[in-house]
Amino acid sequence: MYKLLLCWRYLRTRWIALASIVSVTLGVATMIVVNAVMDGFTTEMQDRIHGILSDVVVESRNMEGFYDPDWHLARIREVAGDRIEAATVTVTVPALLNFQYRGTTVTRPVQLIGIDEAAGGMASEFAKYLQHSDNRRQMSFALHESGYDVADPTGGAEALVRPQLADAGWTHRRRWGSLFNHQRYVEEQQQKLDQQQLEPRQTVEPPPMQAPPAQPGETPSTDGSENFGTPEGTPGGSAADGAPADSQSEADAPPGAQVTAAEPAAATAQATAEPAADPFGAPAAAPHRFDPESEQATGCILGMGLSSYRVENGREHFLVVPGDDIKLTFPTVGQPPRAISDVFTIVDFYQSKMSEYDQSFVFVPLRKLQELRGMIEPRTGVGFASSIQIKLKNEADGDLVRDTLQATFPPELYVISTWRDKQGPLLAAVAMETAILNVLLFMIIAVAGFGILAIFFMIVVEKTRDIGILKSLGASGRGVLGIFLGYGLSLGIVGSGVGMIIGLLFVVYINEIAAGLGRVTGREVFDPQIYYFSRIPTIIEPLTVGWIVLGAIAIAVMASVLPARRASRLHPVEALRYE
Amino acid sequence: MNKKHATISRPHLSLDAPSSSGEAVGVALAPRGEGAIGRERRPSSDVHLAAINLHKTYHKGRTAIPVLRGADVKVRRGELLAIVGQSGSGKTTLLHLMGLLDAPASGEVRFGGNRVDNLPSRQRDRIRNGKISMIFQFYHLLPELTTLENVLSPRMIRDGVLSYMRHRRQHRADAAHLVELVGLKHRVDHRPRELSGGEMQRAAIARALVNQPEVLLADEPTGNLDRGTGNEILKLLRTLNRQEGLTIVMVTHDDSIAAQADRIVRLADGRVVAA
Repeated sequence: MYKLLLCWRYLRTRWIALASIVSVTLGVATMIVVNAVMDGFTTEMQDRIHGILSDVVVESRNMEGFYDPDWHLARIREVAGDRIEAATVTVTVPALLNFQYRGTTVTRPVQLIGIDEAAGGMASEFAKYLQHSDNRRQMSFALHESGYDVADPTGGAEALVRPQLADAGWTHRRRWGSLFNHQRYVEEQQQKLDQQQLEPRQTVEPPPMQAPPAQPGETPSTDGSENFGTPEGTPGGSAADGAPADSQSEADAPPGAQVTAAEPAAATAQATAEPAADPFGAPAAAPHRFDPESEQATGCILGMGLSSYRVENGREHFLVVPGDDIKLTFPTVGQPPRAISDVFTIVDFYQSKMSEYDQSFVFVPLRKLQELRGMIEPRTGVGFASSIQIKLKNEADGDLVRDTLQATFPPELYVISTWRDKQGPLLAAVAMETAILNVLLFMIIAVAGFGILAIFFMIVVEKTRDIGILKSLGASGRGVLGIFLGYGLSLGIVGSGVGMIIGLLFVVYINEIAAGLGRVTGREVFDPQIYYFSRIPTIIEPLTVGWIVLGAIAIAVMASVLPARRASRLHPVEALRYE
Repeated sequence: MNKKHATISRPHLSLDAPSSSGEAVGVALAPRGEGAIGRERRPSSDVHLAAINLHKTYHKGRTAIPVLRGADVKVRRGELLAIVGQSGSGKTTLLHLMGLLDAPASGEVRFGGNRVDNLPSRQRDRIRNGKISMIFQFYHLLPELTTLENVLSPRMIRDGVLSYMRHRRQHRADAAHLVELVGLKHRVDHRPRELSGGEMQRAAIARALVNQPEVLLADEPTGNLDRGTGNEILKLLRTLNRQEGLTIVMVTHDDSIAAQADRIVRLADGRVVAA
């Protein structure tokens, strides 16, 4: 009983000891904050990394892909069907994206992914990241009239506003359509000239030159998001980007217009563009002129990072919006591969907020891509595919499924990986970072332990006579030991308790604190534009908090062991005589 | 740390109603129970506390200073014994040995006929807590505690938390009674630094009595007080001795104070000499 009373009294009267645990308090608070923020970032990042990646991917080792993906799907279901929720076939190929913006050609290296829209895309959360609400419900490569989200759909209350998306879609396309029409005419003329010049390299008969190239004037650009790619959906049997000499003079017209292979002569007047129909099939009986005001090329979905860049005040500046056309250039599967290109109409953007993905992935219809690349066996209609995306059931273990599939599909031909494998180094780096931070911060608390040790020795010396008194009153050595251990324990509890409260409060109000710091220092502490976060993500893990607090208390107790032992071994007579 | 105690509250000490039965030294004394040490009592012996041929040497650096060289003191039940001697004669050391605060180099300390100096420390702690209590020249109160808490502290040491809390009211009543007995009722909630010397010594006496000890060892109880206050303290001790039959051993270097004792033992050079 006297131990409790004395601990309590010492706690209330020895302020110097409280000073010694301020470092424990701060250490605990810091560790809680750091862990909460790191957990928040990690979880957010994992969500994003995982975002459009499916749980398990079976990939072909070569660019041509594997034959008969349906057989593969069946085989996968046979082997691991009980753990698989969905699986879909994709074709992945490196490509070049280019479009015109204010008179210059913007070219970006991209990863072109052909997805099956009927199967929902990527067998992942892919649809969730689209910017049109209808597409989020049922993804489609058809351009919508309008209705693209102006506010970032995943941004919550403080979502980024994108006024430029307000009239995206057909509204935008019609507005610029007449301009396209004029442009298209100019390009066609240029195209024919090019084809004549490049005649020896043509694989199909070039049409005769019929018109001189036109020189378009300055292109009007009012909202900075125009695009002058020529929307023509004909396949690449014709001249691709074959006009390096002339493209300089007509920056508005990318040299990508094609003519229908079956009807080269008609190309002067009409170009076939039927995004919904099969361009490889029999050409339209009466080839009609592609009208960008009422027709779209094959749909494609661009990453937000490809279509826009960020400007000073945190807003985004869009180079293209849904409704604009772009051109994609990618290799065929032939030997050697040839580069072919085709025009696509942007039907939507996705934003996974994983900039690596948002800046590199372009999604197009699977069948179309297979056709363009020559991945369809002409006699059977059976295609090739480069990968199969598998979505697992919730509780299924990705590694287990991967190993099961690896046993079925020989590693010489297939790469099978989980999404974690794909981003393994990044995740490992973050985990390592968290671990090192924790070690360092815990060392701070350990340093605080030595402070407690020193101050406790001081207190024991100061209390020598009282220890003698207690012993003369019949207190045992263990009792005196208990007083000081209890004192250390209560200091640890107080210190880490206060630290826990401070840390938790800091975590809860971290955004307000960051904003306040920003106001005081005039420098934004947390720039949401850099991280794509509107708020600092935090996760309070009760177990982690518990361990931190327990660890700090343990350190305080351990630091009081030596002084307490010294106190317990004091000789009562000498202690009483001590002045 | 004594978790169990046969009796928690024995009849209160009372200066008004001494329970008396005549005994050897002519002092009223109620025979006290053996209590926790549970040693067999030797009814024939009237020696309550005895130091037999005690030797003790202190070491200061490399020089050994012999303090006690065969001291023999027998304290009879219920007497007020004064030990006098010059500074350095070993009287305080003798008191510490008899109070089991220190262990002799050789010799024995007997309490109620049983040797106690070689008991395990746990049992010696228990004797110090409940059988033989001490007061000091410098009072030695705990500065963080109030008068009442200081008086209660031996009870707190004796009982575990649970048993203490169970009888909390009884303990507080006992302590309050003792505080009143020594005349400190108006100082119950004061800290030691707010008390005068005489008041502190009274508080120390109340603390020494709270566990109903059989022997009170007083080390220069008046040494730090003026004559008037010292005499009051002495009177209090005398009353306790007379009315309660408390055996008191008092160390002093003041012959006039020693003169009020039943018996005087003189110590010189670590030995008892003729008074």
